[in-house]
Amino acid sequence: MAHFITLPSRCRTRRAVAESPLRGLGCLARRFFRVLASFVPELTLTGKFTVALAQVSPKLGLLSENLQLHLDTIRRAQSEGADLVVFPELSLTGYILQDLVPDVAIDPLNAPSLQPLLQGCKDIACVFGFVEVSDRYNYYNAAAYVSEGRIRHVHRKLYLPTYGMFDEMRFFAMGESLRTVPTPFGPLGLLICEDLWHPSTLYLHVQDGARVVVTLSSSPGRGVRTNEGFQTSQGWETLLKALSQFYTVYNLYANRAGIEDGAYFPGGSMVVSPVGEVVARSQTSGEDLVLAELDLDEIRRARLFTPVLRDERLDLTLRELTRIVHQRSQS
Amino acid sequence: MQLNCPLVNQVLKGFIRDELSKAGFHRVVVGLSGGIDSAVSCFLAARALGPENVLAVMMPYRTSSPESLSDARAVVEALGVKSEIVEITSIVDGYFEAQSRANSLRRGNAMARARMIVLFDKSMEFNALVLGTSNKTELLLGYGTLFGDMASSINPIGDLYKADIFKLARYLQVPQSILDKKPTADLWAGQSDEDELGFTYAEVDELLHELIDRRVSRRELLEKGFKRDFVQLVVNKIRGSQFKRRGPVVCKLSPRSVSHDFHYLRDWGM
Repeated sequence: MAHFITLPSRCRTRRAVAESPLRGLGCLARRFFRVLASFVPELTLTGKFTVALAQVSPKLGLLSENLQLHLDTIRRAQSEGADLVVFPELSLTGYILQDLVPDVAIDPLNAPSLQPLLQGCKDIACVFGFVEVSDRYNYYNAAAYVSEGRIRHVHRKLYLPTYGMFDEMRFFAMGESLRTVPTPFGPLGLLICEDLWHPSTLYLHVQDGARVVVTLSSSPGRGVRTNEGFQTSQGWETLLKALSQFYTVYNLYANRAGIEDGAYFPGGSMVVSPVGEVVARSQTSGEDLVLAELDLDEIRRARLFTPVLRDERLDLTLRELTRIVHQRSQS
Repeated sequence: MQLNCPLVNQVLKGFIRDELSKAGFHRVVVGLSGGIDSAVSCFLAARALGPENVLAVMMPYRTSSPESLSDARAVVEALGVKSEIVEITSIVDGYFEAQSRANSLRRGNAMARARMIVLFDKSMEFNALVLGTSNKTELLLGYGTLFGDMASSINPIGDLYKADIFKLARYLQVPQSILDKKPTADLWAGQSDEDELGFTYAEVDELLHELIDRRVSRRELLEKGFKRDFVQLVVNKIRGSQFKRRGPVVCKLSPRSVSHDFHYLRDWGM
């Protein structure tokens, strides 16, 4: 059971600019409050915390350099007062890995190379992307949730795009399960890029209790024939706003920056509130670190005004899905 | 076909800077023909890297139109990039002295390849990469010389149709004389792209956008009013020039072969 307590409030959204002189004190205070919070279950439904979206540009296949990039970014996010820092999809390795996949894969249960990163996450929680190798020698496009210096949860990408410019199923195995992870911020859901384009994933996370869902992404920009930026970036924004509103959750979206062989990653990372409003957004080109304060009371209020989750009929959905699956297997 | 010029400008400048720096470079060499494609490439590079990091090379042949050189010079003056004139007449004529039966197509290809030799040599001298100047229309129709004008290290305009190039050129404020003239490869006197292709860029760009970008079916194209013969001609050109868009075919013998199943990006480890 995870709990949370209100922390000293900060400005609603801001960009990281300078290191705080009170960083050490702030960290101690936060740890103290977290320990205190664990004894106060009724406070789990309220509280504020700060997230940092780390819109980085990892180097393709260079684990050690990317680890250093993570460490530096985590330190910076922490100095800015973030409680959680989120990196993009495959942030430790770069995206279009192809035959590099086995060379950069990590077994999260036995990964000495990850130790510096885990040690860097003693007083800040972190979500990062990596290639996971399993004991069956399957390779997964994965995301880890780290807190208090340990990997608490690994999500394996469920939907691997294999069309157009994407070729993930050739190199990765599909994840088979979806679980929320208990955190000081309440149950948290992890998704990776294409997962969110199957709204059933978000539906399941939310039904499983998620109040905050993190989507790590390496989505290249495509479509330059409208006035509003890349067509794909508009698609993401529409999706995130609509889904946040439908499911009354916070959606955190971290997309990467940089270029791989001419595939341009336009960033556009954002935090969308449970009423579908963008409360923080990053630059649409280049690396960036954007901070936002999340308020769990926003979720409570959103669910009061629009109690669609309360009214959701899981039995009905399950019954009709069972029928559809059965009919498909007969045809 | 609308084009978000500010976005394209921002992305392509980032592309040039990023792909160069990852490869350990900060300079480019670009062949300036006096036409709109190389002018746009040169403008993008000068704005991305600073004019001091761009070497524009003008490579006239003895039959090249004088306007080509003056239009290329207008680009150099507008941007303040470094420039050099390298005549290719002696290279080309030296070879064809012993090839008296060569037709204009062979001569045109040799001119394009002579320019390629100069550009890649200059890139060594200037410690730079060669910037491409082939647009998407040319690449799809195969209207270029393999290992000639199609050769480059990075090509910022390869996903822009000719119609897009005109829009971007206006946005970048490319000299008016270049915007106004008819596109030509200038391989022989009076040559015009559109006369040689047998259709206009406006017509073919519209068709290519539907066919390639939007994957519109043949039936829908006819319903939209495209002529059957025109569609067939363009499809044949695309199919017939696929070899120009691929590397040499390697015969597969081993379990893992270059060009079959050796999958690494060029940005590997960068």
